Amino acid sequence: MQLKLALPKGRLLPWTNILLQKSGLELSGYNEHSRSYRPQCSNLPDLFLKIFHERDIPIQVAVGNYDLGICGLDWVEELLVKYPSSALVKVRDLGYGESDLCVAIGKSAKVASIEELKSKVDTIRIATEYPNLAESFALRLRLKRFNIFPLWGAAEVYPPESADLALLSQTPDSLFDQELIPLTSILCSSAFLIAYQPSWESKDLSPLLHRLYAVGNMEKEIEEGLKSQGGGTKEPFSSSQLQDSAVWLALPDGHQQKPTLEFLRKSGIKIEGQFAESRRPTISLEGVKVKVIRPQDMPLQVANKNFDLAITGKDWLYDHLYRFPSSPVKEVLDLGFGKVRVVAVVSNKLLVDSPQDLRELLRRGSLTTLRVASEYTNIADKYARDNHLSPYRLIPTWGASEAFLPEDADLLIENVQTGRTLAQHNLKIIDTLFESSACLISSTFSSGDLSKRKRMNYVLQILRQAARRN
Amino acid sequence: MKTQRCKGSRDLLPEDMVRFRYIEGVFRSCCLEWGYKEIRTPTLEYLHLFTSTGTLTPSMLNKVYSFLDWDGWSGERVVLRPEGTIPAARLYIENLLQLRPAKLFYVENVFSFEETGKESRERWQCGAEIIGSAKPSADVELMLLALETLSKLGIKGVELRLSHAGLIKALLHELGLTPVEQNQVFDRILDGDTEVMKKMIGANPQLRDSLPLLFELKGKSPGFLQNLKASLVKVFPDLEVSMEDFVTIAQLLSELGCEYQVDIASGKGFEYYTGVIFRLYLERHEVGGGGRYNDLIPLLGGGNISASGFALHVDRFMDFIEDWQDTTPRVLVRGEVNTVKGEKVCFEIASLLRKAGYVAELDQGYTGASDHRWILSIQGMEEKPAFLLTDQASGKIIEANSPTDILGILQASKCN
Repeated sequence: MQLKLALPKGRLLPWTNILLQKSGLELSGYNEHSRSYRPQCSNLPDLFLKIFHERDIPIQVAVGNYDLGICGLDWVEELLVKYPSSALVKVRDLGYGESDLCVAIGKSAKVASIEELKSKVDTIRIATEYPNLAESFALRLRLKRFNIFPLWGAAEVYPPESADLALLSQTPDSLFDQELIPLTSILCSSAFLIAYQPSWESKDLSPLLHRLYAVGNMEKEIEEGLKSQGGGTKEPFSSSQLQDSAVWLALPDGHQQKPTLEFLRKSGIKIEGQFAESRRPTISLEGVKVKVIRPQDMPLQVANKNFDLAITGKDWLYDHLYRFPSSPVKEVLDLGFGKVRVVAVVSNKLLVDSPQDLRELLRRGSLTTLRVASEYTNIADKYARDNHLSPYRLIPTWGASEAFLPEDADLLIENVQTGRTLAQHNLKIIDTLFESSACLISSTFSSGDLSKRKRMNYVLQILRQAARRN
Repeated sequence: MKTQRCKGSRDLLPEDMVRFRYIEGVFRSCCLEWGYKEIRTPTLEYLHLFTSTGTLTPSMLNKVYSFLDWDGWSGERVVLRPEGTIPAARLYIENLLQLRPAKLFYVENVFSFEETGKESRERWQCGAEIIGSAKPSADVELMLLALETLSKLGIKGVELRLSHAGLIKALLHELGLTPVEQNQVFDRILDGDTEVMKKMIGANPQLRDSLPLLFELKGKSPGFLQNLKASLVKVFPDLEVSMEDFVTIAQLLSELGCEYQVDIASGKGFEYYTGVIFRLYLERHEVGGGGRYNDLIPLLGGGNISASGFALHVDRFMDFIEDWQDTTPRVLVRGEVNTVKGEKVCFEIASLLRKAGYVAELDQGYTGASDHRWILSIQGMEEKPAFLLTDQASGKIIEANSPTDILGILQASKCN
């Protein structure tokens, strides 16, 4: 009988790898450098393994795609707080990968407690990767009015200018952002073994459980295993002062960072500070302040005036506008670099070459429900709707989306540069939705502050000239 | 794919709707007779309307259907209305602030997530509010209106239970508890946790006699409350105002011959209220309830305006309504001549019957039995049609020569 186990990539990967090795599983393809999402286990041939972004694992287990999964308790609770009847069993605290989920406030807000904050601000803006836990926290605290800004990451850089509070995960090896003061902790998280409830009740999971439970003091074992891998400490952030008329510019982290820096360099703009480390570098433009955040989060942030300008991709702008057609965000400049195509992808195993073929499969009943996986939830939703791919179900993903096909999804909406990675994963493109490139976005609600408007126009001019030269 | 009803939702079938409209009709006519005016608030409201007052508990708010709509880029969540009073108060503040007191009523659906999906997540409420009156008699008026509605619906055996949030809050405050603790302690007392009570008495021995009296005894007269007042106010002078209010209400109810039971424990979920709380029970089911909520309108920014209201939970007593049927005789008009002119005669006759007060339905192809009392079959020549009336109750077939004849036969059968 096949047993399916979902494994985390990212932070928990090295520890989990050691745990599995100590359990006597002979694994290949589960390390930070492996390109496949399907590690192999040579001594338990019935074990099917797949690597996911940690955040996807509770959902994948709860819907029954996997019998067992390993991920942080924080993501389990993020699911359960909103969907308490999810079919999840918290099997065991694995004792590693500890983190503290805490609510923090910007230092310069000069507020020492949440009670004090409640009395000061009308609407409390909470930036977080954990929107469900944040909502539950706000309701429990009886905050009278709050807005939650769901993020893909970098919550620590938001307060005090771009949010009042951040709910973020703090790991022992990460330095707390010096701009932040923790107000309260809402959850102590660590890696957890979780199970799909029906599997737990009716399937023999013992071949795997015996091995995992056989590892004695896991924390100690894993620590020993990790001794060789030292972790670097992060540079503390430089403190900044609030300047109301400063123009806040958001620059992207991740893949878009390098081409963005290159573009700014060509525009004659200097970015100082260790860009890769610091999320608050300085820029050689007077009256302009910079934060480095996820490009996915930028449209929502600009719409809400937490930032004035941002360099993101058209893909993320469209994803935002499809969800919120009345949003005041607009593209003000196509920057031309970072070109990708947003495409519809299926497994080579699926005998379709177009969305029409997919529709035909659904019509004939060869597919009962089309499972559409994507990081671009709203683009994918619109695509399925526009192409009448009914009935369909969306599976939001948080990265490593190629891994979902073919077992856990049928259609993927993804961006590609060359398509080579897709081919490596035995996938094919059946449709191109649009071309995306980097763009500068801003809000149609212009600032009432004249000097700020002038500065924004100045930045726009410089970037426009560089874009023309490109 | 089989189309299915959404989990936790309910279809109202024709027979349910007959009962539903009957309930709604009785409630509406009672309210209109008492001088109340009907309102309807939108199904969607902002979430912050319900969080802003701080009167709904986190466990209630966790069950609210909230989401970001197409305008949700600002993070502003909207909800499917979870209850009727807060939207009614908002409507009042926005539109009717000059009207004082405002007596308003509504029949609305409310939404709350129920985990198992076995109970309906959409419920219907008949609600009434008096906004802008602090008089105890306004509370009594609402109780009588609720009772009158249930009585006119033919529901017997409704119990009225009274509690008082002002009294509970003042007492728990005297004991040094914060509002959040107050709620937990009260719930624990109601759950029969005697330890809490012992601890409270330990901390304040003067409570030895009065506290058990308050929570355990049930009384049916103002005298009961007056004695309770005498014993409690001696220990806690701050309880006097609430006790006084409670006694006045009980006295008035007694004078009006309205039976009730004083049951402090029925004040579960008191947070929302500031004064009297009343609950209506039918065979252990709570079918309605309400009370005074003087803090709500000030908390919503509407100024210092008192208010009081109730809601009847239609879903909970719908099954107690004896099958109520429309007794208007139903006639099925069936044309046997399939020409335009023949159809025209059918339409004309049906219209005539409707004007005379009958339900006249054109037969568009009934197969099998119909539930009509009469079947009128129109046959023969277009210029001079023949009419055959079948009485489905007796099986008798009667011939009629003209429309007037038909009306005569129907009328005659009514008298029999």
